[in-house]
Amino acid sequence: MDPVFLSRLQFAAATMFHFLFVPLTLGLSILIAYMETRYAWSGDKNYLRMTKFWGKLFLINFALGVVTGITLEFQFGTNWSRYSEYVGDVFGSLLAIEASAAFFLESTFIGIWIFGWKKLSAKAHAVVMWLVAIAGISSAAWILIANGFMQHPVGYDIRNGRAELTDFLALITNKHGLLEIIHVLPASLLLGAFFIMGISAYHLLRKQHTEIFLKSFRIGLVVGLVTSLLTAFTGDLHGVNVSKTQPAKLAAMESHWETTTQAPLVMFAIPDETQEKNKIEIGAIPGLLSFLGFHDFNAEVIGLKDIPKQDRPPVLPIFIGFRTMVGLGTLLILLMIYGWIRRNKLMESPNYLKIMLWSIPLPYIAMEMGWVVSEVGRQPWIVYNLMRTSDAVSPIAGSQVMVSLTAFILVYGLLGAVGFYLIAKSVKEGPGAVTE
Amino acid sequence: MELQSIWFFLWGLLWAIFFLTDGFDFGIGILYPFAGKTDRDKRVMLNAKGPLWDGNEVWLITAGGVTFAAFPKVYATMFSSLYTPLMLILFALIFRGVALHFRGKIESPGWKKTWDTLIFLGSFMPALLFGVAFANIFAGIPFDNQGLYHGNTLKLLNPYGLLGGLLFVLLFMLHGANWMTIKSTGELQERFAQIAAKTWMVLVPVAVAFLIASFFATRLYDNYIKSPALFLVIVLAVAALFCARYFNAKKAWFKAWFASALTIMGCTFFGIFGLFPALFPSSMNPAWDLTAFNASSSPLTLKIMLGVVSIFIPIVIAYQSWAYHLFKDPVSDEDLDMDEAY
Repeated sequence: MDPVFLSRLQFAAATMFHFLFVPLTLGLSILIAYMETRYAWSGDKNYLRMTKFWGKLFLINFALGVVTGITLEFQFGTNWSRYSEYVGDVFGSLLAIEASAAFFLESTFIGIWIFGWKKLSAKAHAVVMWLVAIAGISSAAWILIANGFMQHPVGYDIRNGRAELTDFLALITNKHGLLEIIHVLPASLLLGAFFIMGISAYHLLRKQHTEIFLKSFRIGLVVGLVTSLLTAFTGDLHGVNVSKTQPAKLAAMESHWETTTQAPLVMFAIPDETQEKNKIEIGAIPGLLSFLGFHDFNAEVIGLKDIPKQDRPPVLPIFIGFRTMVGLGTLLILLMIYGWIRRNKLMESPNYLKIMLWSIPLPYIAMEMGWVVSEVGRQPWIVYNLMRTSDAVSPIAGSQVMVSLTAFILVYGLLGAVGFYLIAKSVKEGPGAVTE
Repeated sequence: MELQSIWFFLWGLLWAIFFLTDGFDFGIGILYPFAGKTDRDKRVMLNAKGPLWDGNEVWLITAGGVTFAAFPKVYATMFSSLYTPLMLILFALIFRGVALHFRGKIESPGWKKTWDTLIFLGSFMPALLFGVAFANIFAGIPFDNQGLYHGNTLKLLNPYGLLGGLLFVLLFMLHGANWMTIKSTGELQERFAQIAAKTWMVLVPVAVAFLIASFFATRLYDNYIKSPALFLVIVLAVAALFCARYFNAKKAWFKAWFASALTIMGCTFFGIFGLFPALFPSSMNPAWDLTAFNASSSPLTLKIMLGVVSIFIPIVIAYQSWAYHLFKDPVSDEDLDMDEAY
């Protein structure tokens, strides 16, 4: 059994599962902090009930996010020891900073938030939630900066047989990482907003707790409208940067084989990697790929054929992933615009509410697909143009990884099911009465 | 002192703080099925660590992250060599974390019992395995100059390794029982005071045996013979251990907990001082030891990271101390009635 393939599978499974929880944690923490602030400064009990209801769902999600995150830090050592040794001087510091500057704050204050309702004043308690939210964002930012190094390594020199840090400022202001941050953060808020709107829609359709859930839905709507547009905008910036720095990824995203100017965007295609062409191509729009990649209809776009075979990423998952992400992102924008038009007639729009309830999974799928494009698109490199994934794996037996991979799938599958059940149960129970 | 040496001791300090903070969480989890007779007892135990354990666990993440940043070669070799035990620890920690959050979500005996088992295993396994792992590190791990591991997981369960595991389990049980004397009242508090006293009786001979066995199984004492002043750390650990018993008898619960914390700190530093400058010694050839000097990051990284931890670790200690202060009172019925309580 090939430890490289199994380790990749394990890391992919572990990160993708972890990322089911991260964006909701980020998005909800900010929205809950806002609701609690409204309560603390106005004394409006409805905001307290909202804080408690969404807080309960938040905590179930948070617990799963934390425990699945811990394994990731250690997997660089267990499964990717050659990588860790080679780039640890640069990459390791980012993980260490994440833990000491952000994750500590988040984990300590979440405990205070959960148990501190009677120990702190309402205002202090709301401030604690803001600290949790800020710490979560900053934690995500450090991790994305670390990922930015893998995508576009900067601030290092090869010395003593490894990558050594030469410019810390360049490392933490890496354009690729910053673009990821401004894309992932609004996307997380968008996901949080859809979560809130979908669940609010569930109760609004049943005409229960309408005051609370109309308020919640409208908060979601405002945030969702703004962030759906923002996510598309920053995604475009990100795409333009990728076109310049990672031509192979761009070519795979579009299954684009021949280097051409005025490169067309193909709506639908079936890539054939052995024949180096597309089996079927439907709906080619001339020049659009050049425009999307470089904001210039005449720009030259490098085709996969001009990239050595051993440096090409697998085309199909990236091609499908990119289309799914962009398609869903567009759909989310439309849903938000329609919702905005109907914002004062939500109770009279049961079909829209139903669609919103069933739309909860959509931003999840879009975000996971975004990561498939980003990370599968980075292959065959673990650090782009610097180290190959196949050179990065630990000197361990495939059987060892097979066992841990099986354990990951079983345990995570089980936890996912339990988490989903608990969230669904809490949703159905609805908001409780508050005594304070 | 050179940058690398400073980092070596910082590395040791982070592990020590992890053991002395999350250590009592583990201890409570180990005592949980035995000391928690009723559901209320159990909930008092869980809520006694409820507000704090999450923050405590991050010391592990930070210890891991700092190993990566300051000693990448150690991070790479240590965690790939100890692949299976580390995975077991991580899965145990996953179960512990989820169990604490989920146990109280559904009022059903079967549901609670399932999570109860996982709370115990999720605390006992890491305590045992960290002890086994560190004892084996003290004794040296069979890896070559390419970082290739030549051992197997079962060989880690040698007598010295198991003794280390037992030592950790008992230390954490004492520490956990001491925390419970702070966080409980009445009959339950007396129960934990007795548990602490009984655990102490077993811990003392095990600790002595470990100190003696270390002489035969490891190279730790070489440094102590070279610089006898280091023996002070052993004296300190032993003195703290006796203080733990003394304050327990005096019903000075905070002092007893503080003493067991100091004992754990002393035990960790007994190993750290003995290891210096090796972080991960090779049992195949001492020349292949990964040390603070041959496995560290570049001076620039070490300097930047020293700046980072010098700023953030004191801040973390400050707000965590505040959190401990905020939740220092015994768990009350009112606490248990809260919606958010475990």
